[in-house]
Amino acid sequence: MLNVLLWLPLAAGLLCLVAPRKLVGATMLAGTLATLGVAIALVADFSTGSGAIQHAVDEAWIPDLGVRYQLGVDGISLFLVVLTALAWAAAVGFSLQRQREGRRNYYFLLGLAETATLGAFLAQDLLLFVLFFDLMLVPFFFLIGTYGTGEAIAATMKMIVYTLVGSLLMLVGAIATAMLASEATGELTFSMAELRANLLSEGSQDWIFCFFAAAFLVKMPAFPIHGWMPDAYRAAPLPVLALLAGVLSKVAAYGFLRVALPIFPDAAIRFQELILVVAVASILYGSVMAFTQTNVRLIAGYSSIAQLGFITLGIFALRGDGADGAVLQMVNHGLVVVPIFLIVALLAERAKTEDLRGMGGLAMRAPVLTAMFLIVTLATLAMPGSANFIGEFYILNGIFQEKIVYAVVASAGVALAAFYSLRLFQRAMHNRLPSGIRSREISLRDGLVLGPLVAVIVALALYPGLVLERGEGAVQDKIAAVEARSDTVALGVRRVE
Amino acid sequence: MTFTAPDIDYAGISPVIALTAGICVVLLAGAFAGRRQRLVTSALSFVTLATAAGLCIWQWGEREDLVAGALRLDELGLAVALLAIVAAAFVIPLAWREDAFDPDAGPGGPGEFQALLLSSVLGMVLLAQAQNLIVLFVALELLSVPLYALCGAARRRSQSLESGLKYLIVGSLGSATLLYGLAFVYGGSGSTDFNAIREAIGGGLADDPLILIGIALSAVGLAFKLSIAPFHQWTPDVYEGAPTPVTAFMAVATKAAAFAVLVRFFEVALGPAAGDWRPALAALAVVSIVVGNVGALGQGSLKRLLGYSGVAQAGYMLVGVIAFSEAGVNALVFYLAGYTAMNLAAFGVITLRERQTPFGDDIRSVQGLAAERPALAIALTVSMLGLAGLPGTVGFVGKLFLIEAAVDADYTWLGVAIAVGTMISLAYYLRVTAAVWMRPGAEPEPGAPAGPPTPALAGGSQEADAAGARCRTIVAITLLAAAATVVFGIIPQPLVEWAADAGASLFASLPGP
Repeated sequence: MLNVLLWLPLAAGLLCLVAPRKLVGATMLAGTLATLGVAIALVADFSTGSGAIQHAVDEAWIPDLGVRYQLGVDGISLFLVVLTALAWAAAVGFSLQRQREGRRNYYFLLGLAETATLGAFLAQDLLLFVLFFDLMLVPFFFLIGTYGTGEAIAATMKMIVYTLVGSLLMLVGAIATAMLASEATGELTFSMAELRANLLSEGSQDWIFCFFAAAFLVKMPAFPIHGWMPDAYRAAPLPVLALLAGVLSKVAAYGFLRVALPIFPDAAIRFQELILVVAVASILYGSVMAFTQTNVRLIAGYSSIAQLGFITLGIFALRGDGADGAVLQMVNHGLVVVPIFLIVALLAERAKTEDLRGMGGLAMRAPVLTAMFLIVTLATLAMPGSANFIGEFYILNGIFQEKIVYAVVASAGVALAAFYSLRLFQRAMHNRLPSGIRSREISLRDGLVLGPLVAVIVALALYPGLVLERGEGAVQDKIAAVEARSDTVALGVRRVE
Repeated sequence: MTFTAPDIDYAGISPVIALTAGICVVLLAGAFAGRRQRLVTSALSFVTLATAAGLCIWQWGEREDLVAGALRLDELGLAVALLAIVAAAFVIPLAWREDAFDPDAGPGGPGEFQALLLSSVLGMVLLAQAQNLIVLFVALELLSVPLYALCGAARRRSQSLESGLKYLIVGSLGSATLLYGLAFVYGGSGSTDFNAIREAIGGGLADDPLILIGIALSAVGLAFKLSIAPFHQWTPDVYEGAPTPVTAFMAVATKAAAFAVLVRFFEVALGPAAGDWRPALAALAVVSIVVGNVGALGQGSLKRLLGYSGVAQAGYMLVGVIAFSEAGVNALVFYLAGYTAMNLAAFGVITLRERQTPFGDDIRSVQGLAAERPALAIALTVSMLGLAGLPGTVGFVGKLFLIEAAVDADYTWLGVAIAVGTMISLAYYLRVTAAVWMRPGAEPEPGAPAGPPTPALAGGSQEADAAGARCRTIVAITLLAAAATVVFGIIPQPLVEWAADAGASLFASLPGP
């Protein structure tokens, strides 16, 4: 089942290269919808309450190098997989009418990107994870560079160099982890389960954790290593940008939870404060920047930095409730960011500009679009009643009990979120209509893309337990790995004191 | 004093015999074939290479000393011999329409080109099997001398002549240094045989000044051949000036053969002195990675860029030698095979674009390639992404292999050096990729001669059809190399096992730890 899920998008992408010209878009849409179907079947088939890996696939790939083709899904990755499938279906559906040039390559690259992203979420072998993590960049490099606007080539180069700097070090770190662990057991393996069972010495954990953390923080992006973000966000085509912000950033946060915490628990405890500082700085910086930007893409982009800061905060509370909230919030944020960027695309088409100052009054004659935008906006600012509120509540609750200072500062971010989201909504939809701009209702096709996304946001607001219940077992499992160590570390610290 | 002729296992040296015979036949055929000499000599060279390759595969698995211990028949030697043969077989169609080797363009012609190429291959096969200082040096010269001539083969282009001369001078300097070093090793150990040297050094000579000087000088000499920084200065100039098919052959096959002998000489003969040479080679590897990658950043000429990239890649591969383990040799042989596929794909595209555009090997020649020739664009992209070590290509698995070997040998910092070098390299590999896919085709500057610079292509009605057909051949083999890059990136296990045979064979011959 996971094999089908993983390779279906790539197969559809390859089919696009040879399909008749008129059917290229339809082929890819069918492929992504089928993937979504498989992903939903996965949820239905999931046995709740277990923290174990389900639907495991385990085959030899390069036995001489200890690399295995191991896939599996648990409560943490389950809904991220669904989010990925949903976001890709939306992005492809949204591109159908808009992407006219070079469609074969465009859809092929999207298919490759989806396979790589799903691979990163499904991989249970550390090296396979690194491989898919790096592979994700390749299609996005071409998507932004070829189909982007403005300084696309410079932007895409900057993005790939920034992000690969982190992930190449991660490759060395992964190899070192397996080699060092094999010295103890005598058998070379990258299997995450095996590596968890044979933890490294604290000194080795420290530097390897730093390599992994660098890769994840750049990818998120987190302040102050977000330098690639503004350029890439300005240049990327909007459906691609929706995927970049909505899904790819989650892979990084997911990486912390899947790899960094269970395999390097001692280092995670040691570097907790540092990562928390980065997270809080990201929240404040992202929120303030989102409030001051006028380019609608960058408003959404900087708000993502802030939201990812929240998620990191939840993970590094190193407590069950914080991480629960982080898992929920990863799904939530993906669900709101994808429609936001698609709405931004619609607004820009109507206002002929992506500058907020040139927009206004678009709510006139477009009540449906406005309603959808309002729901998404309210979800973004974590209005009580939305799933985002529950996610942020869990995160803040977790961090409050662990490190109260960070919780207090981070709370300011919640307030700021209301400022920048409402500002975006009001400036675009209300006020006076600038001359020369005609407001238009959302078309049926776009409605069919956006509608389901908004419906999912509402549904999740009504029943967030869907994610929380299934995630809990796996989250406990990961956190337990750290808590088991934190007792010994705490004892050690006390002894030193 | 009576002289006893050594007992010769003719099956073992059959690839060498086949190549030698082939050289003679090709030379003679070239002289007598008349108008069809290009076709005849090319076909005969293919037959020679195919025979030699077949004999190599036949001998696969045999491990023995040949000709009184002068040569060592094992999988390492055969693997590298196969790589050299594949590279030569790739280069012959590549050079088919090349100006420099066109008999109409002046004296000489394809008969000469093919024979020189085969001689060089012969040198490589011998070098990969050499187990004696004398054979090592003779084989190295047999490899190099034909290449000096080939580099200068485009006699009407001053750049090519300059390239040949430069390579001759620097190459001679390298050979002389190596010879000097070998003499010291002989002087210190009293033997030219690798195993005897090993015993002598193992018997307490590891700190002998003669041996140490010998190690240093021979490392420098081989570093010249491998274009390892800081002995790489000739590389970009020679690569740029030489006819592109020759550059392709040099970049790939010379490196493979020189690495084979480096591994055998250092790990077998100088094995007991590993503590002396490992740190020195590690320093060379790091310098090479940094200099090669930084040097490639600003290059406009694709051949220069690949020259510098080759310097950096040699630095990566040197890590496999420094690891001084079976895993290290496996990684090295695997990487050499992958490097062969990736580089040949790139040079195939460059050769074609030199003929199709007026920009020569400048990066502008591949701008807008995606729209114009999608197949070539894909081949070049795969090659660049592979050299950059991105997943899904053989380059990724190769780097994984090398880093594993480095970490295993407690040289983790060299693994980090490979990663850092790779980061820098992305900037230029991706620049080429971006030119291919994201930039419009370049317009020739006003005043520049329009059309491709090869007059042989224009006008000749009879030739034109043949030229088109040959270009299809080049496209086909280029795509084949690109396909190999991807296939072995996704299903690397067969190639890994092939390389593992080579590594095992080297250490199987050593007596005890």
